[in-house]
Amino acid sequence: MTRNWSPAARRYTLRLAVLMTAYVALLVFANLMFKQGYAKGALAYGLALLPALPIIGVFWAVMRLLIEEKDEFLRMLLVRQCLVATGFCLTVMTVWEWLQNFELVQPGNGGFGAAFFWFAGLGVGALYNRVTMGTAGGCQ
Amino acid sequence: MNNRLKVLRAERNWSQQDLAERLEVSRQSVNAIETGKYDPSLPLAFRIADVFGLSIEDIFQRD
Repeated sequence: MTRNWSPAARRYTLRLAVLMTAYVALLVFANLMFKQGYAKGALAYGLALLPALPIIGVFWAVMRLLIEEKDEFLRMLLVRQCLVATGFCLTVMTVWEWLQNFELVQPGNGGFGAAFFWFAGLGVGALYNRVTMGTAGGCQ
Repeated sequence: MNNRLKVLRAERNWSQQDLAERLEVSRQSVNAIETGKYDPSLPLAFRIADVFGLSIEDIFQRD
C-alpha cells in the first residue's frame, strides 16, 4: 500500500511517527517529573506543556501535507477531510460545553480535548470522502 | 462536465495507472476525473490534452 503513497504522504507519515514517538516520551517524562515532585513554579508550566508540543506538531504536519501534496485531487480530498474534522470537533466541543453549562455532565474533559476530537474528525472526514468520492485519499 | 477520458485511454490500451504515470498524478485522480466526480484544474486539463495530443475541447464537454 505504501508504494502508492505520494512523496508528500510518505513524508507526512514519517513526521507523524516521529511526533507520536516524541509525544509518548514527553508524556512519560512530564508525568514522572510531576510524580517525583520536581515540577514547581515556572518549570511546572513548561513540563505541563511539553506533551502538547508534538500534538501541535501534528497540526503542522497536516498543514505541510496540504502544502506539499502535488496531486490536486488528493489535496482537495485532504481539504475536505480537514473541514469535516474542524466541523466535527467544533460541534462536539460546543455540545459538550453547553451540557456542562447546565451541569448535565461533569466539568472537565477527562483528557479528551479539542485535538482528540479533531483527529477523530479526520477519520470521519476520510469516511465522508470514501462514501462521496469513492476514495479516502492518498494517506488515511 | 463530461469527458472522453475512458474512451481515449481504451483506444490507446492504457490502464488508469498508465495514464496516471504519464500525467504524474495518482490513479485515484484519473478514476475521479473519468467518473465525473472531479473536474480537473485548467493546468491539469492542458496536461491531459497534451498527453492525448488533442485540444481540451476534444476531451471535455459541457453537460
